[in-house]
Amino acid sequence: MTTATSKRAAGHEAANETEKEKWLRVYRKLVSIRLFEEQVNELYTRALMPGLAHLYSGEEAVAVGICETLRIDDYITSTHRGHGHCLAKGAAPDRMFAELLGKEAGYCRGKGGSMHIADPATGNLGANAIVGGSVGIATGAAFTAKHLGTDRVAVCFFGEGALGQGSLYEVMNLAQLWKLPVIYVCENNLYNEYTHYTETTAGTILGRAAAFGIEGASVDGQDVRAVYEVASRLVKRARAGGGPGFLQCDTYRYSGHHVGDINREYYRTKQEEQQWKSERDPIKLHSDWLLAQGHADAGTLEEISSEVRRQMEAAVKFAIAAPYPGVEQVDQDVYA
Amino acid sequence: MPERELTFAQAVREALAEEMRRDSRVCIIGEDVAEAGTPFKVLSGLVEEFGAARVVDTPISEAGFTGVAVGAAMTGLRPVVDIMFGDFITLTMDQMVNQAAKAHYMSGGHWKVPMVMRTTLGATRRSAAQHSQSLHAWFSHVPGLKVVLPSTPYDAKGLLKTAIRDENPVVFFEDKMMYKLKGPVPEDDYTIPLGVADVKRQGDDITLVATSSMVQVALGAANQLEREGISAEVVDPRTTWPLDEKTLIDSAKKTSRVIVLDEGYGRYGVASEIAAVIAEGAFYDLDAPVKRMGAMHVPIPFSPPLEDATVPTEQTVFEAAKAMCSRS
Repeated sequence: MTTATSKRAAGHEAANETEKEKWLRVYRKLVSIRLFEEQVNELYTRALMPGLAHLYSGEEAVAVGICETLRIDDYITSTHRGHGHCLAKGAAPDRMFAELLGKEAGYCRGKGGSMHIADPATGNLGANAIVGGSVGIATGAAFTAKHLGTDRVAVCFFGEGALGQGSLYEVMNLAQLWKLPVIYVCENNLYNEYTHYTETTAGTILGRAAAFGIEGASVDGQDVRAVYEVASRLVKRARAGGGPGFLQCDTYRYSGHHVGDINREYYRTKQEEQQWKSERDPIKLHSDWLLAQGHADAGTLEEISSEVRRQMEAAVKFAIAAPYPGVEQVDQDVYA
Repeated sequence: MPERELTFAQAVREALAEEMRRDSRVCIIGEDVAEAGTPFKVLSGLVEEFGAARVVDTPISEAGFTGVAVGAAMTGLRPVVDIMFGDFITLTMDQMVNQAAKAHYMSGGHWKVPMVMRTTLGATRRSAAQHSQSLHAWFSHVPGLKVVLPSTPYDAKGLLKTAIRDENPVVFFEDKMMYKLKGPVPEDDYTIPLGVADVKRQGDDITLVATSSMVQVALGAANQLEREGISAEVVDPRTTWPLDEKTLIDSAKKTSRVIVLDEGYGRYGVASEIAAVIAEGAFYDLDAPVKRMGAMHVPIPFSPPLEDATVPTEQTVFEAAKAMCSRS
């Protein structure tokens, strides 16, 4: 590997990290996203957060498994359900919470909010509130990488709801024609907002990639190591000039479409939700594996969770205390 | 030495070639931009000089390749996308309006989108309703975009070079009926700032504010008016955003009568906005209400006599101006 350690994302593996250290670090990341989202829900229910947010709980293994395969200078684009992607790529929770509360210290100086967190320092081109809205941007970042001869890769996260958007297929066609280093990651959490995806999606998901001759794969999105393994292969291939990849990650959204979507039995049962949480929870699956491998004991994992919880509480406290932007900033940054 | 003359199309091509030589990050992306050089042959010869990696032919996917340009601009290139007919901007609206225009602001100033979209406007080419519209008002309405409307070969070269060097998404509308228009164009590397209007003709009795295709119409009408003893000033804003409000208002104050000409639809359009700016800024100096003249509120028809009736002409502008000057 010629990759310099300086190119690693914050929290990404050190050069001489052991397997055990790596998967414990991954555990910490999974827990970070879960506890971040718990705080978000809490901020919403306490009416401390303006607007709404779309929680990523349940889908953590997708963002973490994929971002673990990326360098800090690789690009991602994210979605309205994007907190997990941002954190997995290396964003700091305090500045994220500040953004969610519309504060000056936020990643977008309070101008973007939950659905638009962007961070050049970690290659995050931005979360996007138009479903499928970032597919062009991610493909364009890959176009730049190829044009300039860098070996960067772009990952385009989108939900299965974006499969209904035509622009996705336009850029998949371009990416394969031009052999661009972009990975399209379809997070299939089963629901397009309030509608089961089988009611909106003809054919198969991977059939779409196959139609363009794009290397496609599907993976259990609750298994972080499985996601990591498949993503590693696609990212490596793209980085080496092999062209785009398409990864279907089967996962589940624990919460409603957004924090205010409480009564949802008209589109899915509580039993279904409970089943995913008890049988397919990505954090539980990974911690069971860590315990079975002897990489950690229950006490170690509990300690990590407590540490992360304290970190998130401190980050929330920071964000609540942080000042709002001055009103004079309203018309700044319209033009560069 | 006599001034060198170029056509409008040649001036556009020269601006692109000069900027591509100056800056290796500049590339062209669009349908049939390479060997074909576009249906208007504006880009002929560029692929031979710069290669297919920088003059990139795309599938017929306006939304797709415009989106790619947005991402490419954010990550270090300076793409110039070519949208063959201005009518096709409808297909790019999400990429331009929700992505390109907002990325800088939404990210708190962290990301920039230095891209140019070149496209066309203008009727009377007998191309019917989906190849003839002038839709620049749509982009002028959106904060985060800049909109350029050159009316001469000289302005086309200088403004396009500025647009390519701008750090923001800029939409550059070319009147497709003007590609063969000739005019003086210096060989040197000059630029024209965005947001600076140009007085194309000095006058005292009436101001004709005109954009793009309507500048030549206004100049023709001004010549007719001169024969009637009416001195018309022709002011070309050159960009609808940023808009040089001061020059427009100053001219209105000087002449006290204003007609605004723009080939976009008259209703809710560029002419309406400019008329409002002038009415607000020069109300007490005006001797008549500001008049707007734009495309009729109909889809552009195919049949020549019908199509010709939809846009302001030298004659209709002359008559409107004469009537306005004779009232007071």
